[in-house]
Amino acid sequence: MWNTLKRWYHQLGSPRYFYRFADVVLPWLWPLALIILAIGLVWGLAYAPVERYQGDSYRIIYLHVPASSGALMGYIAMGVAGLVCLVWRMKMAEVMLKALAPFGAVLAAVSLISGAIWGKPTWGTYWQWDARLTSMLILLFMYLGVMVLQSAIRDPRQAARAASLLALVGVINVVIVKYSVEWLNTLHQGATLNLFSESSINPAMKYPLLISMLGMWLLYAANVLMRARAEVLSRERRSGWVRKLVEGH
Amino acid sequence: MSGPWWATLRRELTLIWRSPADMVQPLFFFMVVVSLFPLGLSPKPELLALVAPGVVWVAALLAVMLSLDGLFRRDQESGALDQMLTAPVVSVLPVSAKLLAHWLLTGLPLALMAPLLGYMMQLPVPALATLTYSVLLGTPTLTVIGAIGAALTVGLNRGGILLALLILPLYVPVLVFGAGVVRAAVDGSPTQGLLAVLGALLALALSLGPLAVAMGLRISAGD
Repeated sequence: MWNTLKRWYHQLGSPRYFYRFADVVLPWLWPLALIILAIGLVWGLAYAPVERYQGDSYRIIYLHVPASSGALMGYIAMGVAGLVCLVWRMKMAEVMLKALAPFGAVLAAVSLISGAIWGKPTWGTYWQWDARLTSMLILLFMYLGVMVLQSAIRDPRQAARAASLLALVGVINVVIVKYSVEWLNTLHQGATLNLFSESSINPAMKYPLLISMLGMWLLYAANVLMRARAEVLSRERRSGWVRKLVEGH
Repeated sequence: MSGPWWATLRRELTLIWRSPADMVQPLFFFMVVVSLFPLGLSPKPELLALVAPGVVWVAALLAVMLSLDGLFRRDQESGALDQMLTAPVVSVLPVSAKLLAHWLLTGLPLALMAPLLGYMMQLPVPALATLTYSVLLGTPTLTVIGAIGAALTVGLNRGGILLALLILPLYVPVLVFGAGVVRAAVDGSPTQGLLAVLGALLALALSLGPLAVAMGLRISAGD
């Protein structure tokens, strides 16, 4: 089992193998992600029970929570890719780092906007300098920073390595920002979903939330694979297998 | 007092000493930015005292950031940077000497200037000492973090705004605690805990920062 995993990891490190893998997976992943996300959203937005205190306005969590979790996980994944890129200089880690940023930034923006729309009826204000809101805003800035730095350096390998270092420093920063702004007044509610203890959410509301989270992560994965595939093609455009691929079609 | 570390430190100090304008500019910037606020907001003492911790801190932070843009650029243009990276010593040594020299001639003067500006912003006199300590503890962290950004953008000819976009989000924790401790002093609450956090951030920046700066320089030099 371990050896199979290890072999798979090393094979995916080769751009050519990765291209074939993405080519097989993507036609399935897109519809799967969209269907699961649609099920979760429709169930959550139309059929889940009404919340006692917030009424129907709570339903925006079916978009807000998946987007926020996706943005956070995406940045952590960028940090991991950055570490791999700086330590082992894996080409595919560089490609992944670049592919992860745009959709992560979009998710961070979606999380902020949906949170603002929900905040108006619930807290009475669109924006509040609360710990979670502030850290998500900083997260968005750091996604943009990585993208800007990457686009400013012409050589793709050098750009990826510079962005790796920035992403790694950024991971440390996200943690510190999170705890530093928590010392200010916090308005945001605590975590509702809990893996290891009883969640404070009704199961009838929880399942559609879990499904839409899964759908959002799959959508992110599909977007990353698509971007990475395009990046692999453009980086390897001088290699034999890409030429053969282009001439074959 | 010899060896690569001392040699670099002496060289940096001499270089900055011989062009005093570089040293005075951040200080001047600090003063001008802070004095814009009473003109733009209102000269009411109670309002100024309320916003003073944040205003002084943001101005100090911007002054450090702007001074960092040229930290490696001149060395890169003259080729001294490549010499430094290819020299047979660990590149963390000259890098840390450079950072220390930069802080001695930028961060330290800013910290000495801060109480004056705080007084002009109507901060109560007992809080001025805390303001000085916080800037003293915070600016080396700002120098180190900012140097990472400066190292990554050294080869690019549009440094300024890009550098700001990269490192201002990284300055948030220092700003939060730096301005926070001054506010605590104004309110008369205990300040040691928050000053200790600033010190912890400094320890983290000093231990990992120079490594990251050296790595950033290597990346920019194309390895």
